Order: sequence, then structure tokens, then C-alpha cells
Amino acid sequence: MIQMIALWVILPLLSIAIALPVIRLVRGPSLPDRVVALDVMGTAVIAIFATYALINNQPAFLDAALVVGLIGFIGTIAFAYYTERRI
Amino acid sequence: MIGLIQEIVSAALLIIGTLLLLLAGIGILRLPDIFLRMSAASKASSLGAGCVLLAVAVSAADIAITVRAVAGVLFLFLTAPVASHMIGRAAYMIGVPLWKGMVVDELKGHYDTRRHTLRGVDRAASSRQPRGTGPLGDVPDAGR
Repeated sequence: MIQMIALWVILPLLSIAIALPVIRLVRGPSLPDRVVALDVMGTAVIAIFATYALINNQPAFLDAALVVGLIGFIGTIAFAYYTERRI
Repeated sequence: MIGLIQEIVSAALLIIGTLLLLLAGIGILRLPDIFLRMSAASKASSLGAGCVLLAVAVSAADIAITVRAVAGVLFLFLTAPVASHMIGRAAYMIGVPLWKGMVVDELKGHYDTRRHTLRGVDRAASSRQPRGTGPLGDVPDAGR
């Protein structure tokens, strides 16, 4: 039952949660706005991977979720560092 | 019986986490200021993804999957505030415009924007004593 809920309710809502920051990513007036939007998108991608691991009974997707979280964290830190040093 | 409780708790955590992530997306889109957007991004999205990972941990009856999911939650809760703080500091440093409905900016004038360090806050103490000339800087008895 929980697989059906995850497939038909959770994944569409999570895809909407990824699609909303894309508008901010395109429209955002400054560079930190875009970085924050990318951060939220990365967190939603972690949730999608976890849900996919739950649907398909594939625990390898949890490792992929951890790697995506690590890359998102390092990307945000690098963007913040070079944004601050640029001026 | 245990399986039913597992499914109910897991489904509830999944729905709560997904609604929190959706709220974070709406907040990113609708809030007026980079700092307000960042509050939505940091808190709501890390809690939402944490709830989804906990749902996976509850639903799986395997210790390996549970350990991985809990490690993911810990990693997320450790890294999200650090990243958010660094982005907020960089945004304040490069002078991103603040919301016009904001009431008070308590950091105004306290940052040395050239060297990116916090200037002295205790103005009374620094005006009471003249700045030391010895190698120890501000220590008043450094010359003796």
C-alpha cells in the first residue's frame, strides 16, 4: 500500500517541489538567490531518491542520495566562498 | 500488526516530509527577500527531506537500510545550517538589497566590508582607553 501512495501521491508532489525553485533559478535577481534555489532542488532530489528506494526496494538509491547531498553541500560552500571573495 | 503500524507511521512521515518540501518550494518562489527565502530553504527543506529519509528507515526492516537513512538525516542536519549561513553571509557582504518592509538591520555598520571581518562592537571600551602602541595592541599596560 505504501508503495502505491509513494508512487501516485508523493512523487508528483516532489516533482512540483522541484519545479517551483526552477522559476526562482531563472528569475532570481542575484546570484545567492540562484544558489539557494539550487540548494532546495538538491534537497528535493534527495527526497526523490529516498522515495524511489522505498518504491523499488533498492537500498542502493540511499547511497546515491547521500552522494547528491554531499555534492550539493560542497557546491553551495564553493559558491558562497567565491561570491564573497570576488569583490 | 507490527507491519501495519510500520506502514502507517511510514506513510505519515512521507506525507509530512513531502508537504514540507512543497512548502519550501513555495517559500522560495513567493518570499520577497533573499534572507527570508533562505529561512524557508534551510529549515523547511532539511526537515522535509529528513522526514522522508526517516520514513524509509521506518519502512525497511533491515538494519543496513536504517543505518544509511539515519546517517543521511544526520548529514543533512549538520550541513544545511552551515551552507545557509555561508550563503547568507556572502549575500550580506556583496550588498544584496534587503526587503523594503524590513524594520531594523542590526548588522549595519558592524562589518568591515573591505576585510570581511567583524569590526569592534564594544565602542564604550575602545573610546575609554587609547589604542595601545605595543606589540600586544589593545592591552593598556603593554608598554611597561
